[in-house]
Amino acid sequence: MSLSTKGIWKVITASSVGTLIEWYDFYIFGSLATIISEKFFPTGNPTTAFLATLATFAAGFIVRPFGALVFGRLGDLIGRKHTFLLTLVIMGGSTFLIGCIPEYKNFHAAPYLILLLRLLQGLALGGEYGGAATYVAEHAPANKRGYYTSWIQTTATLGLFVSLLVILTIQNTSSKEAYGDWGWRLPFLLSILLVLVSIVIRMKMNESPLFAKLKSEGKTSTNPLKESFGKKQNMKMVLLALFGATMGQGVVWYTGQFYAQTFLLKTCNLEPTQTNTWIGIALLLATPFFVFFGWLSDKIGRKIIMLFGMLLAIFCYRPIFTAMYNMSDIKQKQELTSEITIRKILSADNPKDSVIFKTTVATYSDHTKLAQTEKYTQETLKPDNIKLVETKKLVTLDSSYRLKLISLVFILVLFVTMVYGPIAAFLVELFPTKIRYTSMSLPYHIGNGVFGGLVPFIATLITVTPGSNYLSGLWYPICIAAVCLVIGTLYLTNRKHENVVDDVNE
Amino acid sequence: MNTIKKNLGFVWMFLAIATIGLLLQSAFAHIKPDGNLDINKPMPWIIIITVFIPIAVGLGLFGWYALKGEYDTKES
Repeated sequence: MSLSTKGIWKVITASSVGTLIEWYDFYIFGSLATIISEKFFPTGNPTTAFLATLATFAAGFIVRPFGALVFGRLGDLIGRKHTFLLTLVIMGGSTFLIGCIPEYKNFHAAPYLILLLRLLQGLALGGEYGGAATYVAEHAPANKRGYYTSWIQTTATLGLFVSLLVILTIQNTSSKEAYGDWGWRLPFLLSILLVLVSIVIRMKMNESPLFAKLKSEGKTSTNPLKESFGKKQNMKMVLLALFGATMGQGVVWYTGQFYAQTFLLKTCNLEPTQTNTWIGIALLLATPFFVFFGWLSDKIGRKIIMLFGMLLAIFCYRPIFTAMYNMSDIKQKQELTSEITIRKILSADNPKDSVIFKTTVATYSDHTKLAQTEKYTQETLKPDNIKLVETKKLVTLDSSYRLKLISLVFILVLFVTMVYGPIAAFLVELFPTKIRYTSMSLPYHIGNGVFGGLVPFIATLITVTPGSNYLSGLWYPICIAAVCLVIGTLYLTNRKHENVVDDVNE
Repeated sequence: MNTIKKNLGFVWMFLAIATIGLLLQSAFAHIKPDGNLDINKPMPWIIIITVFIPIAVGLGLFGWYALKGEYDTKES
């Protein structure tokens, strides 16, 4: 059976725009985490602190795989089109409602509602990706499946980019007070407009031709969960997809796109605006390579590109992160000038005491600047009792480092494009049509949500272990990618142009 | 190649058991009532262990399938 390519771009656009909006919705919660904590999860309250932790961890790790099961099952029962429409409605509705909830000081049930809506977001995201990838793949001709599905792969990076762009635009066009009062709600409220547009586009699309054919012949699965995970023949492929592909892909993705940013900001203490701008440029430059490697996978196979990406990541992570660290390491630089300013204000917590900020700005021979701010408290009744409570370092690099840093982040994201570009086509080709949505969604979301999502947490855990250094956190993605590389090399076949309609006429 | 695939099944099963042990040991070592970091709180660990134990069981099952020759390349 050959599929027509007519209208394929409509299918790609409808699927990609919706998936991009879902990623946008998911990321704005993370990008606005600080202000959300202030408004809904005040410090000093153990219950709200508990709910905040649950919202952060549960939505990413537990709920996404459950979303994959719930919506995957639905997609294999009633069809792809209506299921990923439903995930879009749930995601858009949840995001919009987050923007409408009154602050904790006026409405004490707010943290519970935020948690509930965040869980719904995770659930919807778990169901969206598999639907979009399956929908596009089932429309695409076999020799272009990698290329067409790679457009879906760009949406996660672009969703992050759009979320940052929207937030920065609102921050720059409103006053600090207005942003703190209501401006931060706009990215959430805007979601409903984006989702409505996407729903209208998706409503006009037809059901996937392969699923429609199965349905007309009465050959759809009656119990996709049982068939996916209860039958050894399929279960062994689900396990192979997870341990031989998505597990390594997930850690490479999160290390390149998220842990690198955390490393530059927290470990290297680089100035956030400069760093985020340079990371943004690297992300934009690397994004077309998702499509390139998707296209290339149609020519030389999926496995070889994904595993080569993992291999490069395993051997290059430590040199790349060392180079990034060395750029910001002032111990390796010669100090030229140093200027100290001291500011004393009354404490907001206790007006009887004072807070002293001592800022030292040092300039180095390569024009790098280090601003080190030490915060002291001083009791009015005992002026000699001065305590150092906090030290903050901020390193601003000279513009001569721009090209080098952008190149290093670009290389990290290039590894991401190698492992992530062909993965949708790879997963689609691994499973039969009648249980494809269910079977491919679960390994994808365990690989990305659990293995990938835990990169920052486990990397931080390793770095606080005695005897560790600034690079020790990388052992987690390196070890997971290495195990995945061995399993993938030995057990996977280098698929391309796989027949995904073979079960229709069985 | 099929022999290597089968023998490595033992490694994957051992890795599954070792992962569960390592997670439990790390949780006991890092949870501290007076700690401020996420890794000192019990909730992230409860979530991580709850999620990772079924995955480790899955890795053990993968090893079992490998050992039984389920992933062997068929001779043509």
